[in-house]
Amino acid sequence: MSTTYEAAPELPEVLAEPRKRGRIATFIRRHPTIVAGGGLLTIMILVALLAPWLGTVDPTAIKPWMRTRPPSAEHWFGTDMLGRDIYSRTIYGARVSLIVGFAVALLSSVAGTALGLVSGFVRWLDTPIMRVMDGLMAIPGILLAIALMALTQGSVTNVVAAITVTQIPQVARLIRGVVLSLREQPYVEAAIASGTRTPMIIWRHILPNTLAALSVQATYICAAAMITEAILSFIGAGTPPTIPSWGNIMAEGRSLWQVKPFIVFFPAAFLSVTVLAVNLLGDGLRDALDPRMAKRL
Amino acid sequence: MDGATDRVGARTVPPLLDVRGLKKHFPIHGGVLGGVTARVHAVDGVSFSIAKGETLSLVGESGCGKSTVGRLVLRLIAPTAGEVLLDGERIDTLPAARLRMVRSRMQVVFQDPFSSLNPRLRVREILAEPIRNFGLARGRADLEKRIFALMDKVRLPREAIDRLPHEFSGGQRQRIGIARALATDADLIVCDEAVSALDVSVKAQIVNLLADLQAELGLSLLFISHDLAIVEHMTHRVAVMYLGRIVEIAPRAALFARPAHPYTRALLSAVPVPDPTALRRHVPLTGDVPSPIHPPAGCHFHTRCPHAFDRCRSEAPVLSPRGPDHMAACHLAE
Repeated sequence: MSTTYEAAPELPEVLAEPRKRGRIATFIRRHPTIVAGGGLLTIMILVALLAPWLGTVDPTAIKPWMRTRPPSAEHWFGTDMLGRDIYSRTIYGARVSLIVGFAVALLSSVAGTALGLVSGFVRWLDTPIMRVMDGLMAIPGILLAIALMALTQGSVTNVVAAITVTQIPQVARLIRGVVLSLREQPYVEAAIASGTRTPMIIWRHILPNTLAALSVQATYICAAAMITEAILSFIGAGTPPTIPSWGNIMAEGRSLWQVKPFIVFFPAAFLSVTVLAVNLLGDGLRDALDPRMAKRL
Repeated sequence: MDGATDRVGARTVPPLLDVRGLKKHFPIHGGVLGGVTARVHAVDGVSFSIAKGETLSLVGESGCGKSTVGRLVLRLIAPTAGEVLLDGERIDTLPAARLRMVRSRMQVVFQDPFSSLNPRLRVREILAEPIRNFGLARGRADLEKRIFALMDKVRLPREAIDRLPHEFSGGQRQRIGIARALATDADLIVCDEAVSALDVSVKAQIVNLLADLQAELGLSLLFISHDLAIVEHMTHRVAVMYLGRIVEIAPRAALFARPAHPYTRALLSAVPVPDPTALRRHVPLTGDVPSPIHPPAGCHFHTRCPHAFDRCRSEAPVLSPRGPDHMAACHLAE
């Protein structure tokens, strides 16, 4: 054993050239799904915000002499069986769907992240928290939401609360899993070894690295919440009938579906397009938010 | 590297790191009620010491517990039994707040230069974290000065300070990791397979960098590796581990020239020699490393040892002197 281990000659230190931030065209080319999903969603948000200025009339105004008229120049999407303008109701209905979608995504992300972090970091709380989450997940989300709505009055706030409860376990599980894998990362151990306190480790090393998974999950929750809201409203357990929502409009048009399909068609089309937009955005984010790829944005 | 031989026989100063009878048994939970069904004997009574400015290499196959020893020394995990003394002070029983202060004296460099750096933090942030944790900088300007000094020490270009880890090559990332380990002016650095994931040419650069830093800063290194060729190049003493125990510990020259334990001989014969004409006596090892859940009775190595006899199967050998500062745990050569 008299190996001589020649050191390689020192190579010049070459730093990779910093990448210039891509222009808009590059972004569109690299992330077409984000652009398509984000674009559609932006249009929907604008429609919801600008509803009063988009040629709408009072969405609750009843015109009994104009019932179930097909689409025309006066009523673009036709009228329902109380003579209300379906175009106006659909446009205003976007507000309910988007509010419910975003509120549920935000609230369940915050609550689920908090539970997931506690579960992943506090050993003795892990089992109780996760068993409760398992219990909630064992009940189909829609049934749980109906049960919760049965306990309260129909209002948009209560719909948001009920759907949030059904979505929290998903986020808590996801974040717990991410936290458990991040905890074992050498950079977290290195941070512990260099004296970083636990709250700072969570804040600097754990939370930022859960964001990619969380934001993708949040978009899917947003889409699921909008569908659940429509289902709840459709079966009469959601948004009260006084507030136009896509689910309500479809519920009211249900009995006339075979003869007056336009009543159901327009809110259904808006719901589909919005959910598609959010899902496209989520898919695009999932691909783009890998930190190793982030620089290419 | 004559420091090691000078030190032999005249150990008057207490060692920087003293590890005594260290054990780590990981419980395996199973069954319906989640009770402990078995234990992994990852580290099973390990003792060694490292003097100031000395490199001790811990070598062995994967799964022999060498990384666990590193994590125990750093107190990233708590030992099942045994003592760890840093400068004569027991650190294995310290309460969390005191332990945090001691952490500035011992740092770690990990194997994987990709997962050992938070992908979202810039070099500036990575290096500022340990400095801030121990309040070592007075103000922003001083902090930046210290960060630049660290980058100079590991020969990273200063303009890289605002780069993210993924913009660097493996070797450069490992330099960032070394700079982070130097940030608290630590006395002891645990290098857990610190060069194993690097290309050969980069490996040599990093090994040389570590050797330079050791000479410059008087660091003690616990160099955990499976690569005897690298170890031979940069260590003062070598400890060979097998299945949670040290089987031989000796100064580098003695270990490579006169290995006393059959396992050490087998390891050495497996090191490739870049000379096709060299005459080599291969000591083939058959079988796999036994499970650390049910380690063999007696000498852990007897299931694979070509020289095993009855005593090896019943009685565990203890480390006994084989030469100056040279200890081996084998019944054979006693």
